[in-house]
Amino acid sequence: MAKTDIGPPHYSQMLPPIIKENYGKWKYHEILRPGVLKHVSETGAELYTVRAGSPRLLAIDTIREICNLADKYCDGYLRFTSRYNIEFLLTNPANIDPLIEDLKKLGFPVGGTGPAITNMVHTQGWVHCHTPATDASGIVKAIMDELYDYFVSMKLPAKLRISLACCLNMCGAVHCSDIGLVGIHRTIPKIDHEWVPKQCEIPTVIASCPTFAIRPDPKRKSVQINEEKCMYCGNCYTMCPAMPIADPDNDGVAIFVGGKVSNARTAPKFSRLAIPWLPNNPPRWPEVVQAVKKLVDVYARNAREGERYGEWIDRIGWETFFKLAEIPFTEKHIDDFIFSVPTFRTTTNFRW
Amino acid sequence: MAGSETPLLNELEKGPWPSFVTEIKKMADKKPAARDLLGQLELSYKEKRGHWKHGGIVGVTGYGGGVIGRYSDSPDKFPGVAEFHTMRINQPSGWFYSTKALREICDIWEKYGSGLTNFHGSTGDIILLGAPTAHLQPAFDELSEHGYDLGGSGSDLRTPSCCAGPARCENACIDTLDICYAITMEFQDELHRPMWPYKFKIKVAGCANDCVAAIPRADFAIVGTWRDTLRIDQDGVREYAERGFDIQGQVVERCPTKALSYDPAAKQLSVRAEDCVRCVHCINKMPKAIRPGVERGATLLIGGKATILQTAFLSWVIVPFMKMEPPYTEVKELLRKIWEWWDEHGKMRERVGELIYRLGMRNFLRAVDLPAVPQMVFEPRANPYIFWWPEEIIRK
Repeated sequence: MAKTDIGPPHYSQMLPPIIKENYGKWKYHEILRPGVLKHVSETGAELYTVRAGSPRLLAIDTIREICNLADKYCDGYLRFTSRYNIEFLLTNPANIDPLIEDLKKLGFPVGGTGPAITNMVHTQGWVHCHTPATDASGIVKAIMDELYDYFVSMKLPAKLRISLACCLNMCGAVHCSDIGLVGIHRTIPKIDHEWVPKQCEIPTVIASCPTFAIRPDPKRKSVQINEEKCMYCGNCYTMCPAMPIADPDNDGVAIFVGGKVSNARTAPKFSRLAIPWLPNNPPRWPEVVQAVKKLVDVYARNAREGERYGEWIDRIGWETFFKLAEIPFTEKHIDDFIFSVPTFRTTTNFRW
Repeated sequence: MAGSETPLLNELEKGPWPSFVTEIKKMADKKPAARDLLGQLELSYKEKRGHWKHGGIVGVTGYGGGVIGRYSDSPDKFPGVAEFHTMRINQPSGWFYSTKALREICDIWEKYGSGLTNFHGSTGDIILLGAPTAHLQPAFDELSEHGYDLGGSGSDLRTPSCCAGPARCENACIDTLDICYAITMEFQDELHRPMWPYKFKIKVAGCANDCVAAIPRADFAIVGTWRDTLRIDQDGVREYAERGFDIQGQVVERCPTKALSYDPAAKQLSVRAEDCVRCVHCINKMPKAIRPGVERGATLLIGGKATILQTAFLSWVIVPFMKMEPPYTEVKELLRKIWEWWDEHGKMRERVGELIYRLGMRNFLRAVDLPAVPQMVFEPRANPYIFWWPEEIIRK
């Protein structure tokens, strides 16, 4: 019988000697070039980090190849970032270029530091999720191919964080990203009246609806949906498998902009709707990729040095943003959910 | 094998960014699960919809969570993924690894699973993608033998995560790795046996940059900060000035509270400590010259979550400053009080932030024994709908 509740391995087993010796003593860091960091300790020790982009979904054979490189150049240690990048930790700066050469051979780009686009946080999509409104890995791959140049360089006004969640459950930090993509549904769940009574607890299903759109259907021992009230969140499907909401023709992607996680300068904030819906068009989602590219380009052209996406919009105003981004503003951009009122303009001060 | 049968997915092997399709194909010759995953995914790409059945409860002995059941809706066509369950493995603090550890995990997953992984899942776990039901227990047994354990899933404490912290960051005001480990070890039962209204996430960030998105994503965010004055090294300031860095424009003018002033003649930077809100912008821009203060601890925030159900919340400040020293008794006790109140009052699938919104912050603060302080709000209420406790009413 295996031991339970042993917890993760203690982190000290995973730290290279240079980190153990300088733990808590780091004084400052510099970005030497895209994807290469240098951390200097109060002891004078220098640690170099080479950051490589990853598809997140990794075969064990690839992980072993990554381990080979860490054995060869990093005394057998490495780490991952919160955005799935692989970080190789080096003590000898002479190893940086050979490591980058070897990474290139394996197909891993080096970058994602400073005023750049780094890896996209994303979810499982069709690879492994049971409630997706779109795929995740495929769109991410297509977008990162298009924005590759912004990963391997540092030429944006500030860092730009893009994330994708394949449904409203939002397993990624999409709601606070510079550009956040969310898979959405646009049609109500299809109720399987034969299976609802067998598979689902009716009161739970009714309670699961945030807009009170579900009511009992006593005749059929099932439920009914008020089509006007449903906003397609899919929460009822999570509670009841007999109410599938996926709709290949109508599911798609909404794009939000201007959010941020960090407290630097301004408080963390939510991303706001820019584009309400673009179709799912696999394998490479051209409409989504071009929309994201355009959103990145308009920011790159217009924001001032050091300005995050949302800080740029704060300065110019949303009315100017929609004009510059050439995105039509529609009634869909005006919030009509429960916390809508504070977003309505209550002043005569605005731009044309 | 794979190639001719997956024309749509093959399009995703083109282009400079590394391809997840290539990763799946790497395992496809060795693992029927990876081969059939490719087939089923190709079908999803053709039909524009997922092909996984709804849910499925599987697990290993002694645990209520940590394994996500997944079944194909087309097992006849894709028998290799008829059962394709995910194991969440609790990552080491800060996602640091020895290659020895990674190789052990790979070897175990080669033996029992599809050979496919995520490094990492959104919450932070190592995700081992795809194993049949019969392999879950032996895979767990072997992982446990090698010192690994499951992460959280369902209505339990989700696997806590933290940033690189003092291991590789000069901004770390708290020992994020140790706090994350200590909390994870203290609450193993809460992590492994779902018993709450819904999920509860804890994230530990070393500074206000919040590289783990604690404020947006965690029900309970621990964010490192300091109480005294940031430290300025004037030699460092001079170095930035002489390098031509625009200290006035990029740092002083972008300070949110105008707490900094710069004398370009003397190349000296100064701070009015009482105005500094510790946002770390100046430190980010001039790491060689500016450092956090020395009286360090954490700000604690509660209630962060994504959209489902009633809109996303960013976490709210409940403790402006708490010293964070092992064994972190104060924060552990606070967590226990929070869970007790949430467990008693929360409805099914109600996150703690939603419960606080429903019942009011005053009820929450009283239950967990925290005083109301102005740091908790941007501004006080504008309406006169004030609730009073019975003891506050004058009765004759």
